[in-house]
Amino acid sequence: MDKFTISNLDLYYDDFHALKDVNLNLPPNEITAFIGPSGCGKSTLLKSLNRMNDLVEGCRITGKVLLDGEDIYGDMNVNHLRKRVGMVFQKPNPFPMSIYDNIAYGPRTHGIHSRAKLDDIVEKSLRDAAIWEEVKDRLKLSALGMSGGQQQRLCIARALAVEPEVLLMDEPTSALDPISTSKIEDLAIELKKDYTIIMVTHNMQQAARISDKTVFFLLGEVIEYGETEQVFSVPNNKKTEDYITGRFG
Amino acid sequence: MQAMNKQTWKQKAKAYRSSPLSLFLLILVALASLITVCALLFLIGYIMVKGIPNLTPSLFAWTYNTENVSLLPALINTILMTLLSLLIAGPLAIFAAIYLVEYAKRGNKLVEIVRVTAETLTGIPSIVYGLFGLLFFVTTLKWGYSLLAGAFTLAIMILPVIMRTTEEALGSVPDTFREGSFGLGAGRLRTVFVVVLPSAVPGILSGVILAIGRIVGETAALMYTAGTVAEVPSSLLSSTRTLSVHMYALSSEGLYTDQAYATAVVLLIIVLLINWLSGALAKKVKKG
Repeated sequence: MDKFTISNLDLYYDDFHALKDVNLNLPPNEITAFIGPSGCGKSTLLKSLNRMNDLVEGCRITGKVLLDGEDIYGDMNVNHLRKRVGMVFQKPNPFPMSIYDNIAYGPRTHGIHSRAKLDDIVEKSLRDAAIWEEVKDRLKLSALGMSGGQQQRLCIARALAVEPEVLLMDEPTSALDPISTSKIEDLAIELKKDYTIIMVTHNMQQAARISDKTVFFLLGEVIEYGETEQVFSVPNNKKTEDYITGRFG
Repeated sequence: MQAMNKQTWKQKAKAYRSSPLSLFLLILVALASLITVCALLFLIGYIMVKGIPNLTPSLFAWTYNTENVSLLPALINTILMTLLSLLIAGPLAIFAAIYLVEYAKRGNKLVEIVRVTAETLTGIPSIVYGLFGLLFFVTTLKWGYSLLAGAFTLAIMILPVIMRTTEEALGSVPDTFREGSFGLGAGRLRTVFVVVLPSAVPGILSGVILAIGRIVGETAALMYTAGTVAEVPSSLLSSTRTLSVHMYALSSEGLYTDQAYATAVVLLIIVLLINWLSGALAKKVKKG
């Protein structure tokens, strides 16, 4: 069964029609890449999947988004939804607290306070985010003293700590150097075994390298959706081809 | 060896010779900063010179009488008054600011009204607050000249000060922190109190310091509300005088000018101490 079923989704920022009749079925345990030029609505759609758009004033959404068949805009508790659908942001945004407290913030939010349990979660999350070896001796130090790449992996670990089912990544490597970027990419491939990953990216190579499915957006519409290999080698739509080959965007 | 990226005097002189206007402006700004610093140093120096020799042990006697004109009761009153006013105004102001920044919708009419009101309140002369305190707390509520009436009057006075600075401090906390917290499934309450508020503490503290400055320096609003009795208060309803009022009383009586200077020294030291302490505190909080 599909992880996310999006049907007839329209989204408006006041009068601006940002997403037009989006219909997508996103499968579990795969990496789906959202690509397209700036302002095409890919980040907006991503944020609709864990209702982060609720925080944007003047944002109005119609249509349906189902997570495992459950309507996320229906009776579902928003905080519970965001626990199930974690998010990693474009710029690393660790909280101004220790590395340990950053990771423990999520579990504590959801009611875990036992020291031993938190210790386990912190270690497991940091290991899963491939950063444990680098930070295990300075868990009590501020997270703000880490490098950008480390901060982003910390943010991934923080998202993993609440045991989500889906990980939304909004251009997670756009603020990072190539080495950190490749670490995050390897990590994403590793993580898809256990999580469904949806990633917005501006980097064509990145989408081609790591994603299983690719969605191409233009001006708020889904132009093409298919296996990454097919989208990048024999796109069905002329516009997709133009964008991928760098004729615009 | 001298670093090569430093301009030598010769190079600077040459540069200024070719543009006399820059030289003129340089002299102007240098002079301005010099005058500012000198004025401050002169003021502090003058008070110190006049006051320190008059700091006698009898000024710190437990009771005040015409023999020793002790400032100790006033010192204790100042501390009590400050704590009490902050206790009343602090939570109110901080919670109000949290509501305005974190909960109220942007462009909300109520927010605008609260903001305009707060700004107006900061502009009102303190004697007006004093008169209000006299009419309301002292007379209508029948608290009489008292610590309580004074503290409530001052609380109204500093409320907008703390609220505005807290608002600014909260506003300058990056939204990415809030997003990160909401993204993990935290509610607004947890986000505000665990993530946002700690980052805003240095800013809030600066507002509290500003407020303390106003409380410690206030005379007009207190004479009508807390009275001028120079005794350690026995209850919240006792009349009291703070250091500033004490100073005013001493110098207006004309008999104790020297002791007034000594009081000024104590007041100055308190203010400097508070500034230093809060700076250190803010640094510590920031480091986590």
